[in-house]
Order: sequence, then structure tokens, then C-alpha cells
Amino acid sequence: MTKKCDFVIELRDVWKIYKMGDVNVPALRGLSLQICKGDFVSIMGPSGSGKSTAMNMVGALDVPTKGKIFLNGQNIAKLSESDLAQIRGKTIGFIFQQFNLLPTLSALENVTLPMIFQGTPREERIEKAKQLLMMVGLGDRMHHKPSELSGGQQQRVAIARSLCNDPEVILADEPTGNLDSKTGNEIMALLGGLNRDQGKTVIMVTHDANVAKHADRVELLKDGQVKKDGHAMLRKLRRGVKK
Amino acid sequence: MIWDFLKYGAGNIGKRRLRSWLTMIGIFVGIAAVVALVSLGQGLTKYVDEEFAKLGRDKIIIQPKGTLGGVVSVGGVEIDDSDLREVLGTKGVVDATGMNYGTVKIEFNDQVRYYFNIGIPQGKEGKLVYELFTSYDVEVGRNLKKGDKNKVVLGHYFLDRNLFEKNVKVGDKILLNDEEFEVIGFYEIIGNPSDDTQTYITREAYLDLFDVEDDKYDYLLAKSDISEEPEVVVDRIEETLRKHRDKEEGSEDVDVVSFAQYAEVFKAVFNVVQVVIIGIACISLIVGGIGIMNTMFTAVLQRTQEIGIMKSVGARNSDIMILFLIESGILGLAGGAIGIIFGASFAKLIEVFATVALESTLLQAYFPPYLIVGSLVFSFVVGALSGIIPAYRASKLKPVDALRYE
Ligand SMILES: Nc1ncnc2c1ncn2[C@@H]1O[C@H](COP(=O)(O)OP(=O)(O)OP(=O)(O)O)[C@@H](O)[C@H]1O
Ligand SMILES: [Mg+2]
Repeated sequence: MTKKCDFVIELRDVWKIYKMGDVNVPALRGLSLQICKGDFVSIMGPSGSGKSTAMNMVGALDVPTKGKIFLNGQNIAKLSESDLAQIRGKTIGFIFQQFNLLPTLSALENVTLPMIFQGTPREERIEKAKQLLMMVGLGDRMHHKPSELSGGQQQRVAIARSLCNDPEVILADEPTGNLDSKTGNEIMALLGGLNRDQGKTVIMVTHDANVAKHADRVELLKDGQVKKDGHAMLRKLRRGVKK
Repeated sequence: MIWDFLKYGAGNIGKRRLRSWLTMIGIFVGIAAVVALVSLGQGLTKYVDEEFAKLGRDKIIIQPKGTLGGVVSVGGVEIDDSDLREVLGTKGVVDATGMNYGTVKIEFNDQVRYYFNIGIPQGKEGKLVYELFTSYDVEVGRNLKKGDKNKVVLGHYFLDRNLFEKNVKVGDKILLNDEEFEVIGFYEIIGNPSDDTQTYITREAYLDLFDVEDDKYDYLLAKSDISEEPEVVVDRIEETLRKHRDKEEGSEDVDVVSFAQYAEVFKAVFNVVQVVIIGIACISLIVGGIGIMNTMFTAVLQRTQEIGIMKSVGARNSDIMILFLIESGILGLAGGAIGIIFGASFAKLIEVFATVALESTLLQAYFPPYLIVGSLVFSFVVGALSGIIPAYRASKLKPVDALRYE
């Protein structure tokens, strides 16, 4: 039973085969997935099932070996490098498990960085970055380097950075993977808020059922394909929590 | 945007300070050598131009082949009155005179020295010579005049550079080739040791002293008409003398050279020297460039993850390329800037040293703006060019691979 909605993201029979010397490693094997505007989707699945690979495809960081990936109706599977960069900069906000901040730049500079590549004027950049840092609760840490921030604080900077070009889609690959559960919950509250209040489409990979339950929907990946029991899984998760 | 890129590049260079310094050495040495050399060379060329401008472009010297810069010829070629008359009769020549010079033994207070002595014609024949010398006045005492016998005027060094244990002064008696002469004056300083150690007597006195016949000359001095190009007059004199001395074209035994040509010859020789040394400096620059290339390759490796992060937030390949080119350009530019400072200081040092040790104002460092600006631009370009391959490699990194890189 499929919802009637505008698909922001649609994967159709996507294959990704890594070549390791003579060996072919199929990471995605005909993955199909649809995500509606404003959805908050968790992707779960065993290690090696292709979750990160799928996220990278959606995030225009990589291109599939075969298949189509539609982002707002545009197939991005065969775009040029600079078009992909444009999409990464404008439409997608990426949040990583390892935070991936530039160590030499301050929190503020890290948040302004994506705007530099979009040619945003300097004053506007700094204004926007300050707003975002205040929103994630780091108004007093703007000039700290990543090494001077806790893991949770670094991830907040990364979230602020992912929002600076006002993307439609937030991709988070194990955003709480390096954080304790309390900090993880704070980060999840932040992401949930973005989805609820700002209507951002959020796709999040996680191993943690407690994290996954924040989403409206869970998709289960196994061997590079979607398993059909994702909805049942979410219901089970929620029941489990209520008891 | 470029400004942000510059800031990022400079920040990265500042972070690995020692490595950056070492990287810059090659560029630094190359640019320092070029700046030092060109500034001194420019100074020297400027000096030569000014000196010849003072003496006048219209002067022409006719001397036996193989004589250059006052070295006496050994070819036994003689120049006499008949040659002088031919030169005077050549179209475009307004005046000409004959000169004699030779090494003279000078004795003062029982000390013996050897310097050049010039016999200067007085009166009408001497007009041209004095015209040449009017750019230099007699500083102390008086100049020679017609009828002066056993009177000598000395170069400035005799006055205050301790050529003898005790400096000579006006009124002193000295022996020239064992004949007694009275010192009547000193020329003002000319600026090079060979001119400033010369001794001057009247041509009559010279003929007596060296036992030379009246109609023999060591060289002729001519002056071309202002309305004529000196080179054209030089050609005419050459032809006249060729006929008069009965020589084939190509086997002449006298040289006819205008002062303008002298300056050109000097500058041409010096330019060759300059080109050679700049060539050597270029090798240093190439080595410097390779150093920068190496450093940038390392930087790309060290910052692979950073490159991945930048790409994941929207950096295009061209952005990454520019980022690294700017960084390597800054490395080159900084090396160049330091090189300019060192090169310029070195040139100044040489200038001071030359002035003191050689007692000559000949070597003045001169820094034309194009040298400074050119060096900066050039060192930036060398840096950026050396960065092209590493920057290209960085730009082509796949975002996913770069992010995964440990
Ligand atoms: N660059 C690569 N080269 C070769 N094989 C790769 C590469 N990236 C991923 N793989 C392989 O593709 C498969 C899927 O990897 P992926 O990283 O997508 O898994 P994942 O679901 O994110 O796992 P985890 O939960 O451990 O992060 C794995 O078998 C992995 O070894
Ligand atoms: Mg993963």
C-alpha cells in the first residue's frame, strides 16, 4: 500500500557493484525505494547491507553502476561531476557519523564553508551561520575549533552546516553512532524538529532501534535490497517502547 | 570567494611552517640571485650610459687594431699626421686630433710606481680633448696650458688614496721617467681606478719624455657633426682610411669606434654574462618548483579527507583545483618575496663593499619597479605551475573515496 505523495527521492532498480581486483562486490542489487516530501525515514539493516552505499547515491556523492535515481523528478544517475556538486551543495545536507568537520576551521567557518562554494556574499554567510549555530544551541561556541568541542557539539555544528544552503533533504548516516544515548537523543530531537517544523525530508541510517523509532517509517535493507517488513518492524519497535 | 580561498591556503601553509620554509628555499635562492644580479647589472648599465652620455655620443676613436680600453697594441701599427689629415677631411667630421699615451715610471720620495701618462695637445689641437674632459674639472690647483714644460696634472687618487706612502700635493716635485716634474693640479674624482690614477702632461712634454716623433700618434680622436649619426661617420672614416692605408676590406689595421658603439659593446658583453647567470638562477627556480610540487603532493595526501568533506558540501572539481593552485602559488610568492628582500640586501652589500674596497662608485645597485613586480609575479607563477599536477589530482578524487580515506 503506497501513499499518494510527491516523491522527493525515488530509486528504481539501483545496482552498485564495486570491483576489487577481479572480484565484483555487489553492494546494491536492484534497490527500489520511494521517499515522499516531508518524510522522516530510518534505514536499518545488518552491517554490509548497503545502507551507506545507498545514502551516498542519494546524496550525489557517488553514481550507481545501473539504475535510476530521481531527485525531484530529475535522474541524477548520469549527471556530470559539476552538476552533482551543485546538487550536493544546494539540495542535500549531509550529516556523518564522524561529523566530518574541517579541523583547521572554527565552528562558524565550518558552517559558512558550503555557502562559499555557492558564492553567497560574505556578510550573508556569516549572518546565516550565526543564526544556525544559535538554533542548534552553540551560540557561545562559534569561534571554537572542532577539537575544542564535544562530540555532541561537533555533530550540532555539522547539522548547522547541513542546513546552511537550505536543502530539501537531510541525509544522516549514523548521526548518533559516535555519541552516548543522552547526546544521541538530543541530536534526534533536533533532527525531528527540522522534519516537523521546517518540513525537511530526513533520511537516516541507524543500527539503534531507539534512534530509529523517531522516524515515521523504517526501511529494512538486506543484501542490497529492501525487505518488505519495514512497517511491521516500526510497529513492533513502538509497541516495544510503550511496554 | 578567492579571498576565502587565499585565507584557507595561507592558513594551511602557516600550519606546517617548517615544511613551508624548506619548500620555499629553492624559489628563494633563485629569485634572490636574479634580483641581486639584475639590480647590480642595471646599475652598471645605467652608469655606463650616463658616463658615455657625459663624454658625448659624437666622439669617435681611431686606434690600431687590437687596442681596447687603453691596452697598448703590440702590432707595430703606426698612425701619423697623414691619417689625421684624412680623418679631418672626411665628410661629417668637424674636428680631430692625435693623442699619445704610455706607461710611465713615477718616483716620489724614493718610491717607484707605474701608471699611465697621457700627452694632451694644447691650444687649437687640444680643443677636442678638453671638450672631452670638461665633464671633469681640475679640483685642486690648475690645469695644463700651452707652453707648460715639466708640469704634471694627476688623477684624483694621487691626492688622497695613498698611492705613495705620503700623498702628493700641489707644488711637490716628482720624477717621470727620471725627469723632474712639478705637480700643478689634481682632477676631480672620475669613479674608476684606471682613470683616477692617470697622469697628464702637455703633448710637447710627452714627445720629449718618450722620445716620440711629432707626427706619430697612438690614437686619433674625432668628433662627428651633430646632424650626422656617429655610426655613419664611423663608416666613412673607415673607408677613407682603408683607401689611404691601402688595405682590403676585412684586413684593416685600425679600428674606428664611436663612443656610442663602445657603450653598446660593453652592454652586449654584460648582457651575455647576465643571461648566463640568470640561466643558472633558473635551475634553482626549477628545483624550487619541484620542491613545491612535492610538498603539494604530500598536502593532497594529508588532506584527502578534507577534500572529500569539501566535495560533500558542494565544492566542484574546479574549486578544489583553484584552492590547491592558490596554495602552491602562495608558497612560490612567499619564497619570491623573501628572495627579493635577500637579493636586494645582497646587492646593496656588494655595492657598499665595492665602493669601499675597489674605491669605485661604478657598482650601484638599482631596483627598477619591473624587477620587483616581475619577480613577484614570476615566483607566484612558478609556484602555481608546480602545483598544477597535485591540484589536478586532488580535484579528481572521488568524494566517497576521499571521505573514506584514513
Ligand atoms: N569503496 C568500496 N570498495 C569496495 N567495496 C565496498 C566499498 N564500499 C562499500 N563496499 C562494500 O559494499 C558493501 C556495502 O557497504 P556499505 O558501506 O554500504 O554497508 P553498510 O550497510 O553501510 O554497513 P555498516 O552498517 O557497517 O556501515 C559491503 O560489502 C562493503 O564491503
Ligand atoms: Mg555504513
